[in-house]
Amino acid sequence: MKPIRILLAAAFAAVAALPAATVQAQNVQINGAGATFPYPIYSKWFAEYNKLHPEVEINYQSIGSGGGIRQLTNQTVFFGATDGPMTSDQQFQAPGPILHLPTVLGAVVPIYNIPGVNTQLKFTGKVLADIILGTINKWNDPAITALNPGVNLPATDVTVAHRSDGSGTTYIFVDYLSKVSPAFKSKVGVATSVNWPVGVGGKGNEGVAGLVKQTPGSIGYVELIYAKQNKIDYGSVQNMDGEWVSATLESVTAAADAASKAMPKDFRVSITNAPGKNAYPISSFTWLLFYESPKDKQRSKIMVDFVKWALTEGQKFASDLGYAPLPPEVVALEMEALKRIKV
Amino acid sequence: MSKSPSSRRSADDRGFRLGTGFFALLVVLLVLGIFIELFRTSNLSIAKFGFRFWTGKVWDPVAGEFGALPFIWGTLYSSILAMLISTPIALGIAIFLSELSPRPLRTPLAFLTELLAAIPSIVYGLWGIFVLVPLVRKLEVLTPVWMKKIPLFSGPPLGVGMLSAALILAVMVIPFTSSVAREVLKAVPASQREAAYALGATRWEAIQAALRYGRTGILGAVMLGLGRAIGETMAVTMVIGNNPQVSWSLFAPQHTMAAVIANEFTEAADDLYLSALIEIGLVLFVITVVINALSRFLIWSVSREVKVKVEPPVVPVPAEPEVAA
Repeated sequence: MKPIRILLAAAFAAVAALPAATVQAQNVQINGAGATFPYPIYSKWFAEYNKLHPEVEINYQSIGSGGGIRQLTNQTVFFGATDGPMTSDQQFQAPGPILHLPTVLGAVVPIYNIPGVNTQLKFTGKVLADIILGTINKWNDPAITALNPGVNLPATDVTVAHRSDGSGTTYIFVDYLSKVSPAFKSKVGVATSVNWPVGVGGKGNEGVAGLVKQTPGSIGYVELIYAKQNKIDYGSVQNMDGEWVSATLESVTAAADAASKAMPKDFRVSITNAPGKNAYPISSFTWLLFYESPKDKQRSKIMVDFVKWALTEGQKFASDLGYAPLPPEVVALEMEALKRIKV
Repeated sequence: MSKSPSSRRSADDRGFRLGTGFFALLVVLLVLGIFIELFRTSNLSIAKFGFRFWTGKVWDPVAGEFGALPFIWGTLYSSILAMLISTPIALGIAIFLSELSPRPLRTPLAFLTELLAAIPSIVYGLWGIFVLVPLVRKLEVLTPVWMKKIPLFSGPPLGVGMLSAALILAVMVIPFTSSVAREVLKAVPASQREAAYALGATRWEAIQAALRYGRTGILGAVMLGLGRAIGETMAVTMVIGNNPQVSWSLFAPQHTMAAVIANEFTEAADDLYLSALIEIGLVLFVITVVINALSRFLIWSVSREVKVKVEPPVVPVPAEPEVAA
């Protein structure tokens, strides 16, 4: 009899202790969804923040910028994330004003596979746009050879590889090409998926990189991080000041420097083709999205605290993962803007 | 007193019938629900484009102009090509396994073909990118100039495109068609073959008789494969080139309905775009229903034909075995 009684008592004690334990911990779960591009840094941040605040658990679903915006509008998630700022139309559909907060910077680089060419090619925005439009369709076109004296470019056809899935990477790339080429702007335009005049589509960065690697005479575009991690060579691009700049974390942050001087109040700014001697022209912010007057004050307080941490302490994780950190001026502006969230 | 055994049994029967009937009804409700929901959520695009959606060739999310024709074309063209390639191979496998194969080979071979069906489509897609596409590109590079003038083989040698998609689909469809066809052939009564042999038929003629006997089932097997080909998404999108255009060329990159939905749904933020993508789903649904109806009709007409054609010769046949005996 005795052992059974002890067991029973132990069981009761365990059951009684359970609710007490959960009350003490007061776990808070916060759900967000959106862009896939910043997913590695966001998941790093959420994990690091969880180490500092074990009671806070932030879940992030990288379902794409469009999906993030839609779920935020429907209020099925607490915060969203996007690679392209919300349009005025989209903001109008949301039940309340939404705050855009830049978190890190990314860049898109042109990659190519030309038999016999091992040097880094130089592109101007105009030439890049004409290649993507299909108006330049041979690698030895005078427009390309003029930029690359001494490089023996073959007379092979150009095959353009682009993303087949909707993507922030595409958004950044076509945003840049539309700024530098009126023809591109009128024929293609800016969106996460566009109507490409020529070429083949690959799914994801790996799809485009795979197509370029395998197709002699091809050109495509991938995220800087992806090109770096997979050691893919990429071309340099002429910036607004006429300098040829290769994408590096420094040259991407330099592109944001210029923008920080004329930052609009809502942070919805495109920094492609940014001025500045060292600025890499195909760069972009990526944003977190919050309601300015959220219903859930407790979660808002936590997220404001999280963003403050991510913009300061958290920035040191960016470069390891291949993202360019924000310039300090932008961080200062955001710290000010965070006060707009009513908690 | 309790009810008599017979009345209890009939009550059980009724309950059983109601239960199973409910489950059958569930399927109908589900299909109807899917249709209504697709129709409801795509009304923005239906209202804007109307029938033009089916014939439009432009898919431009920036301008808000959406036409489904290139995707409809790509889906049907790739599926039909895949059926043309896979059907003879699948039937060959089925006939070999059920009629000709030495007994010890039968089970392992059948197991291996069915294993093909268990491979995830992403794996097929990766295999496509790294193995099939380079092979197809080599083939395209080797295509002589005079052949390139034929619209079927025009265009630059990209590797990705309709031919790669059709080939990968064919490989994916083979296990479905062949295993159902094999089951059908196994179900053909031995008396059919024995009768054919008794008439002095060769092995090939006896197999023909078995094939004829099982042709409705075999047609069903082919249709099952077609259904699989139409709905396949991941492997196709990885090798087809994803360029929405209507082209006869096997070398041209094209696009399919399932692929465009999978590719663009997550980033479709504006309402009309999303609605157009859902309408693609609706079009795919309608086309699947039409193809299913057509295949039912085909099976029905073939099975009717069997009755009509087979009955008359029944009369003279008994005379011959008597002579032989």
